[in-house]
Amino acid sequence: MSTDALASGARAGFDLDRPWQLHPQVSVRPERFGALLYHFGTRRLSFLKSPALLTVVSSLGDAPSARQACQAAGVSPAELPAYATALETLASSQMIRTREVA
Amino acid sequence: MTLPLVEQFQYGLDAPICLTWELTYACNLSCVHCLSSSGRRDPRELSAAECRAVIDELERMQVFYVNIGGGEPTVRPDFWELVDYATAHHVGVKFSTNGVKITPEVARRLAGSDYVDVQISLDGATAEVNDAVRGPGSYATALRAMGHLADAGFRGFKISVVVTRQNAGQLDDFKAIADRFGAQLRLTRLRPSGRGADVWDELHPTAGQQRQLYDWLVAAGEQVLTGDSFFHLAAYGDALPGLNLCGAGRVVCLIDPVGDVYACPFAIHDSFLAGNVRDQGGFTGVWRESELFAELRRPQTGGACQSCSAYDSCRGGCMAAKFFTGLPLDGPDPECVQGHGERALAAMTGGPAPRPAGDHSHRSRAVPVTIGARPPAGSGPLGGRPPDRACDESPLAGFRPDGLGVGAR
Repeated sequence: MSTDALASGARAGFDLDRPWQLHPQVSVRPERFGALLYHFGTRRLSFLKSPALLTVVSSLGDAPSARQACQAAGVSPAELPAYATALETLASSQMIRTREVA
Repeated sequence: MTLPLVEQFQYGLDAPICLTWELTYACNLSCVHCLSSSGRRDPRELSAAECRAVIDELERMQVFYVNIGGGEPTVRPDFWELVDYATAHHVGVKFSTNGVKITPEVARRLAGSDYVDVQISLDGATAEVNDAVRGPGSYATALRAMGHLADAGFRGFKISVVVTRQNAGQLDDFKAIADRFGAQLRLTRLRPSGRGADVWDELHPTAGQQRQLYDWLVAAGEQVLTGDSFFHLAAYGDALPGLNLCGAGRVVCLIDPVGDVYACPFAIHDSFLAGNVRDQGGFTGVWRESELFAELRRPQTGGACQSCSAYDSCRGGCMAAKFFTGLPLDGPDPECVQGHGERALAAMTGGPAPRPAGDHSHRSRAVPVTIGARPPAGSGPLGGRPPDRACDESPLAGFRPDGLGVGAR
């Protein structure tokens, strides 16, 4: 459990230092405002409200951690808490999930 | 400089989020409120090859899923093949049915797919109330199908109810039926569309029932789906879960059995016809270039509603409900919770309301206008054949506007 995530204001529910990935049943459609997400398992629709968040979400599966995905996407430390909150919302609706590293 | 999401949607997307696709006008039932006036197949209906071509387009446009209806879509001999084709091409399917073809074997097959959802139509929590609208035997057919789905382990299929004056008092009973089958309840609004225009006056909920419905939905929260059907009720106070926006031609639309593209499933009329999938540019061309859709995506004026304090909540209500009751599109919804619609209807002068286009009703059976007066089973020329038709839905069912608020608001 990362204390950094807590220190940076993220709720304890989302661990920025774990590897994450898009749920395999989620389809992502880029839009001008960001992206639409649809989960075929839960049949829920959701959306990403900025292109930067789309970059983060798209790169989660290849990044060692969510924090590094954010950094690579140019998310500043000041913006990080908002991204952690958004990612936590995505995790709670099963749009993203933690990834086991081999 | 990001617009709020609702505004993004109002100005339209390059592709619909999802759409309703009525595959056939053929139906074994003759529901009195059928919004597509279904009954008989239309000889011009899209062939299986044409349907596959539409699915290919939907895949390229990244349309997440289609709400398939009819008519009764499962009576098409190529129905299951088309469902398989869609899901193999990454277009999810939710189909509405009266349950007539949901055998134990079909139910097992459906339970095995992650990309197919099923919606059984039921318009009464008792056979008496349901069959008065949907026809003799239709309650038994629907409940048998639900039993097969539950037995096959299909969790969370939908039970879809059009709320009427006759069933508005049965909401708890509907919920109990859904719970019994491990299903999810979905309530939608009666529209004066199709044959619904003939029965709207006596079937649409009273003002008092609307208020009870709203309170019930607020208490049920996200447990009960509404397909964003009741956004006109947002004028009571808090918005119900959902997008609370008319998505017609902006984020949703209808493809009818002959390939005509309409702004929404409840607006089958030339005034809302944007084109046909058989046109040169296909469905994509219609969606992106039709003048009608461009018009719908322009900022709308509130018209007579502009000065109303509730306008920001209800957005003037449902376009189709206004149109088919003869009210102006920039005026109040006929079921405006502030009563403006009733007053406008009472004050209406001039000709009759526009008639829905295209009637595919079974010629041989009259549509009973009085609830309870439907002829008994076996008395008609069709020998008591059960009526049917999946009386359908706004394609935004399940939409979660709980935005991921990164970025400007």
